[in-house]
Amino acid sequence: MSRNSFLFSTIRSFNDAVARSLVSERLSTAPYLLQQFDPRVRLISIFLLILATVFCRRLSILTFVFALSVMLAIASHVSVWSLVKRVWVIVFVFTGLIALPALFTTSGEILVHFPGSLSITRQGLRTALMLVLRVETTATLTTTLVLCTAWNRLLRGLRSLGIPSELIVIAAMTHRYIFLLIETANQMFESRVSRTVGVLGWRQERSITTQSAAVLLSKSMDLSHEVYLAMLARGFRGDIRLLGEQRLRVWDCLGLISIGALAALVIWVGR
Amino acid sequence: MPPLFELQDVSFDYDGVPALSRLNLQIERGQQIVLLGANGSGKSTLLRLLNALCFPSLGSVRFEGNLLTRESSQRDEFMLTFRRRTALVFQNPDAQLFNPTVFEEIAFGPLQMQWSEAEVTRRVNETMDLMGISHLRGRPPYRLSGGEKKRVALASVLVLDPEVLLLDEPTATLDPRTQSQFIDLVQGWRDTSKTVITATHQLDIVEDIARSALVMEAGTVVASGSTSEILMNSELLLKTNLIHAHRHSHNGIVHSHPHSHRHSHQH
Repeated sequence: MSRNSFLFSTIRSFNDAVARSLVSERLSTAPYLLQQFDPRVRLISIFLLILATVFCRRLSILTFVFALSVMLAIASHVSVWSLVKRVWVIVFVFTGLIALPALFTTSGEILVHFPGSLSITRQGLRTALMLVLRVETTATLTTTLVLCTAWNRLLRGLRSLGIPSELIVIAAMTHRYIFLLIETANQMFESRVSRTVGVLGWRQERSITTQSAAVLLSKSMDLSHEVYLAMLARGFRGDIRLLGEQRLRVWDCLGLISIGALAALVIWVGR
Repeated sequence: MPPLFELQDVSFDYDGVPALSRLNLQIERGQQIVLLGANGSGKSTLLRLLNALCFPSLGSVRFEGNLLTRESSQRDEFMLTFRRRTALVFQNPDAQLFNPTVFEEIAFGPLQMQWSEAEVTRRVNETMDLMGISHLRGRPPYRLSGGEKKRVALASVLVLDPEVLLLDEPTATLDPRTQSQFIDLVQGWRDTSKTVITATHQLDIVEDIARSALVMEAGTVVASGSTSEILMNSELLLKTNLIHAHRHSHNGIVHSHPHSHRHSHQH
């Protein structure tokens, strides 16, 4: 694997991206908790829970919402390990960096005193914890929603919330062609590997990447022109038309009302 | 009554690179024609001109006597009818399949035609049944195999029940079974009023899907006739790179003769 490690690692990354999307696609159609609801209900429920998270000012209530979001993820069969890897650690590191100054600059009751004039206050710690917990909760909720909802159904849900159909179509096509470009890029790199003998230097590897990016850009421009022609050929006149939505079931309405009530309670108790 | 398509002295170039050169052609309603030619002979460009996706640099293209021009393509009323009646299946299905699911892909055309949702749903379901792809309805098109993509691409235009079908290499990448299903489908249109124009360089399917053939080379039609006449003309096929000279030896004597693959079957 050390030979052409850059090429191999790039191919591995492409394969990982496709594999992750396959796992996500399978999970989105599996019969677990969140997947049982209409995508619009899922979207609105998660949005309400995020609102509750943003407006909640009590650490204990926020911890409860975080625990609830983790339970929701588990009940929807989202792997906790994948949440740890893909969400919690990354959010902790980045939000932690942002929250770090609040630990030391917020005045109040001193908890830990460091040599010099540096100290951590109870209020500073609370502020930092609130920030990290809020971001962890919202990231957990959105990741669970994305993993448990097929992309096309998520976009339909967004459309029902009034997002213009033009934006929805652009997002759908972007998603669809990202995978096509990944496949194309993968084939380009595999073909490069199959014709490469010996160890490539750092400079050569950089050169390959640049060339591949240029070729991929050119290919994607050709493809986008073809796609536009294919749309025209089937009657596209600049106005996007999509199929309408199905009616909500009783189960969906009950779920939505429950989550709405819970979100309102969290905001009221946590004010 | 004017011919379905009439091309007069049509030339077309891609940024100065000629693709079609002084092409004259008439296509009547109900004809099943195959466009034969090696890669780069101008078949795909001709199909795009017939579908009003591009317009000639010189000369004219008429559909039922109406000029197909950039200006006419801006007239919503005319184009809505034109798109409803003529359909193009692209050579690359990845260009044609741009919707999130197979169902929505097939529904795209009818929705642009402003059909009611109930009618769209009914027609899409019927077409999926016809093409044997109902089990793919919720799948994203980019996850399908090459043959499945081709079938969905074909379904996405058949749903409109167009009078004119322009097919660009429809059997490329198809496995033998799907290819046979496609041939059955085209043969089923033989006694209808459908006009089917197929671009291909697969000689083994030509007689199954068309009655007449046009041979193209360097952007112009160099021969036309019944499919059997064209296929018998080895000299023409050799000259236009549709078959190659097969070199081999018998008892140490090397010689060559035209070589092609033909469709055969066993009972």
